[in-house]
Amino acid sequence: MTGKEAQQPEELPVVFVHRRPSFILPFGDHLRSQFHVLDPYESPEPYDSFLARHAPSIRALMTMGPTLVSAEFLDRLPVLELIVATSAGLDHIDLPACRSRGIVVTNASSAFAEDAADCAVGLLIDVLRRISAADRFVRGRMWPVKETYPLGFKLGGKRVGIVGLGSIGSEVAKRLSAFGCTIAYTARNKKQSVPIPFYANVRDLAANSDVLVLCCALTKETYHLVNKDVMVALGKEGVIINVGRGSLINEKELVQCLVGGEIGGAGLDVYENEPNVPKELFGLDNVVLSPHSAPATPESFEAVLQLTVGNLKAFFSNKPLVSVVSNE
Amino acid sequence: MADKEPQQPKELPIVLVHRLPSYKIPLDPSFRDQLRSQFHMLDPHESPEPYDSFLARHAPFIRVLMTIGYSPISAEFLERLPVLELIVATSAGLNHIDLPACWSRGIVVTNASLAFAEDVADCAVGLLIDVLRRISAADRFVRGRLWPVKENYPLGFKLGDKRVGIVGLGSIGSEVAKRLLAFGCTIAYTSRNKKQSVSFPFYANVRDLAANSDVLVLCCALTKETYHMINKDVMVALGKDGVIINVGRGSLINEKELLQCLVGGEMGGAGLDVYEIEPNVPKELFGLDNVVLSPHCAVMTPESFEALDQLIVVNLKAFFSNKPLVSVVSNE
Repeated sequence: MTGKEAQQPEELPVVFVHRRPSFILPFGDHLRSQFHVLDPYESPEPYDSFLARHAPSIRALMTMGPTLVSAEFLDRLPVLELIVATSAGLDHIDLPACRSRGIVVTNASSAFAEDAADCAVGLLIDVLRRISAADRFVRGRMWPVKETYPLGFKLGGKRVGIVGLGSIGSEVAKRLSAFGCTIAYTARNKKQSVPIPFYANVRDLAANSDVLVLCCALTKETYHLVNKDVMVALGKEGVIINVGRGSLINEKELVQCLVGGEIGGAGLDVYENEPNVPKELFGLDNVVLSPHSAPATPESFEAVLQLTVGNLKAFFSNKPLVSVVSNE
Repeated sequence: MADKEPQQPKELPIVLVHRLPSYKIPLDPSFRDQLRSQFHMLDPHESPEPYDSFLARHAPFIRVLMTIGYSPISAEFLERLPVLELIVATSAGLNHIDLPACWSRGIVVTNASLAFAEDVADCAVGLLIDVLRRISAADRFVRGRLWPVKENYPLGFKLGDKRVGIVGLGSIGSEVAKRLLAFGCTIAYTSRNKKQSVSFPFYANVRDLAANSDVLVLCCALTKETYHMINKDVMVALGKDGVIINVGRGSLINEKELLQCLVGGEMGGAGLDVYEIEPNVPKELFGLDNVVLSPHCAVMTPESFEALDQLIVVNLKAFFSNKPLVSVVSNE
């Protein structure tokens, strides 16, 4: 290790790695070849002392996983200008505090968007066409016994309401259009350049949709955005797909509606209290459960690495950043 | 039933309903009414008269036949209908019909592909996403309460950039291509003949297609030529990460060799809606997480059945008014 210290001249830009101790850095080597990586958990020095000692030189920080970045933590990094997050969701970062400090935040949406969209579409086809339920039927040796299997429903013609038309929502729209679905959306603001019908709130979107696909960020405003009102507006055959954050939905009310047959089905990749999934869902054939793996492919992890390194390099050469999270 | 007879004047065009006794005409009442109000539907199994006698008596007038489900039509059966000109089939697959015998008699055959194509394509794509992204396997993982225990779930693989080889670029294959393009996949195909109006790369045989693909989607008809077209050679050419999706007919694949390759880890995975001997699914598949099993229901939505009903009525009306037919199955 001491040999490595000599190879890391202080000329290399400093990047602080902010992670939980159990979270191993997957692309450590790639980063170390281009940056002076400061990782408090790889140092024998106590965390607080390490942080205080290096703080004056920390302009850029990379977060691994959902490690909390609070306003108090930000106070300990007085010259911080950039946070490069390696996730799409940023609900673990105090964004208002960053904004008021002028700290730029980038996320990994664009690296994950296609895979998250593929998963959302896969979950929707699965719920409508009962693919996983049919697979259980066959594996349970039921096919020779009960000759027919309940019908699924056609995708084409379904009205899909996308909640949050960012990079992930746009990729979902592109895919579902090819299946003959009609698309509408809600977002914080109408996107002027987009020719898709816009609804100012999620309840109106639900009232005019057969399917809701949740692709938006979890914030104070979007917490429990999808509640019983919205589900009733969506209707008894409505389907909800969630690849955003569990708490976008009032999970208790979702379970009630599903168990009570008040909505048609759900495909969930995220839950309010992962990895705990409400047991009532295990017996339902119109629900497909995914263990928060929508973005998880080797290809997307590679893309996140490229995105992360790319943004760090751009920052230190005063070039434009990508995947910047803004307030609109 | 008796007072219905006067309402079916012999002026209505005659259509023979060809079905195994166990098959029934779809029970949708509006469809039955549509048929009965426009055509004189002859159903030998609804007559007290013995089958052979009923058929022989009506044969001189039977120009059109509607076949229900997979009721077989052999060359011998065709010989009993000397003036037959049209067979309206109610399935997409026609391997139960002696097509060469039809064509040599000049009998036109229409199928249900046009009505079913979108739903079958949706299912094929759903199976592919499921295999690549392990959706059903992950669902079992969660339902088995394993998520809190084993925190990580094996990664799936990205769809975009996958090279998808479509076997049979008919109505179903075209809908599959349209959908997978939106995911960023690249498309190539094989078919009996190259399709001049199509810009996707064409391979003359399935082995070459497999060698240049990551995924094969089987959307073609089962014929003497395509029987067991997917064999061990093709699977080896596809490669260890290769995925096969079959929404055609089970016997397009040599199922025994498929099993060997899947169990032996020589293939990446498979999504199957059809099998060689339905409803028997090889038990070796039940324990595999990279296989998704569907009980021959790719077509099964209320919407596709509705579309099929319409397609049948449209074709019957068109035939009797000398108008063009749709979803005609030809030899090319």
